Amino acid sequence: MNKIKTLDQALDYIKDGMTIAVGGFLGVGTPEKLIDAVVAKGVKNITLICNDTAFPDKGVGKWVVNKNVSKVIISHIGTNPESGRQMNAGELEVELVPQGTLAERVRAAGAGLGGVLTPTGIGTIVEQGKQKLTIEGKDYLLELPLKADVALIKGSIVDKKGNAYYNKSTRNFNTLMATAADLVIIEAEKLVEVGEIDPTDVMTPSIFVDVIVE
Amino acid sequence: MIQDKDRKREVIVKRVAKELKDGDLVNLGIGLPTQVVNFIPEGVDVLLHSENGFVGLGPTPKPGDEDKDIVNAGAQPASHVAGAAYFDSAMSFTIIRGGHLDVTVLGALQVDQKGNLANWMIPGKMVPGMGGAMDLVVGAKRVIVAMEHTAKGEAKILKQCNLPLTAAGEVDTIVTEMGVMKVTPQGLVLTEIAPETTVDEVISMTEADLIIAEDLKVMDV
Repeated sequence: MNKIKTLDQALDYIKDGMTIAVGGFLGVGTPEKLIDAVVAKGVKNITLICNDTAFPDKGVGKWVVNKNVSKVIISHIGTNPESGRQMNAGELEVELVPQGTLAERVRAAGAGLGGVLTPTGIGTIVEQGKQKLTIEGKDYLLELPLKADVALIKGSIVDKKGNAYYNKSTRNFNTLMATAADLVIIEAEKLVEVGEIDPTDVMTPSIFVDVIVE
Repeated sequence: MIQDKDRKREVIVKRVAKELKDGDLVNLGIGLPTQVVNFIPEGVDVLLHSENGFVGLGPTPKPGDEDKDIVNAGAQPASHVAGAAYFDSAMSFTIIRGGHLDVTVLGALQVDQKGNLANWMIPGKMVPGMGGAMDLVVGAKRVIVAMEHTAKGEAKILKQCNLPLTAAGEVDTIVTEMGVMKVTPQGLVLTEIAPETTVDEVISMTEADLIIAEDLKVMDV
């Protein structure tokens, strides 16, 4: 099965109104070519799941600036002034999620769990609308799984089956997003032959990856 | 009391550095807390946690030595020390939330005598998001707030926070340029006072009820 596609072919999978999970932390470990291709195609009304909205000229920040997104499920928007402006103007819906909770909600979706119980957010406005459970005397919030239609991730080294290795601090949310979407597109910084990555060094097994672009 | 802005900040970060113990795993928040790393006492070996996905955060690289794949949690170029380890965000917050992080040092907009902390939003003005702060404050074994005692003359150490909380009742220690305060079941205790500073000055700059420790010491800074 050939998973390797051109950027144009990969973009055929991305439609208006989709929920898209994107790897990266302030743009580091984000698939910039895929980000730019979505801007160029003019995709609209994306619900974005990502750690942050990066910067106006970097990562998913470009989607905010170019109005590709209508909602973000996110832990931080402070580095991209356009996100705050659009939120205050009522142009962008922002669901703020504590970073560790965001990671676990995505992981739960990918791992087939019905949710996670976390002490984070107890006694704060994060509690609002959520079920609270007391387990062995301690309060927890029930946080629900977060799944996407498509995940866009970036691998430092990717083999032609889709096994991926992430260099240093580029791993962040990429491994998680790869498990929690109906379709996973990986952008390879370096594409190598099958067998060139030691199986012990594989961080995202190829079984999660549907489409590879270079 | 200390007036010079640079001296204030130096007093805070120097004193916070003395709170760290040999072998501690520590997360330093963006801004003032980051500078604590420059004052860690000799013989105290700490490992720094960076919430974007590693332990063993090293010094800022020299211009030209940056690696595009190594950044800190503020996206600034960073480095790692020998013995560092990289991981994903789930592992990063397993470390934070699971009780494996010894100390977190963060700034505050407000902190109160019950150990409540507000440092992530001002409704209608500034809503950057909580990032990893809520998890850090809930999960770290010790939470140290490092901040200037007041903001534009307004008290930041209050009877009760009125901004949205980051976490309830999790702060252990507050270090400012005026003193060191500990949150205890009895209330907020001033345990140390800064040089050139009087107890009356601290009380006048603090809205919270302060208990003055019987063995009040002068901050060694």
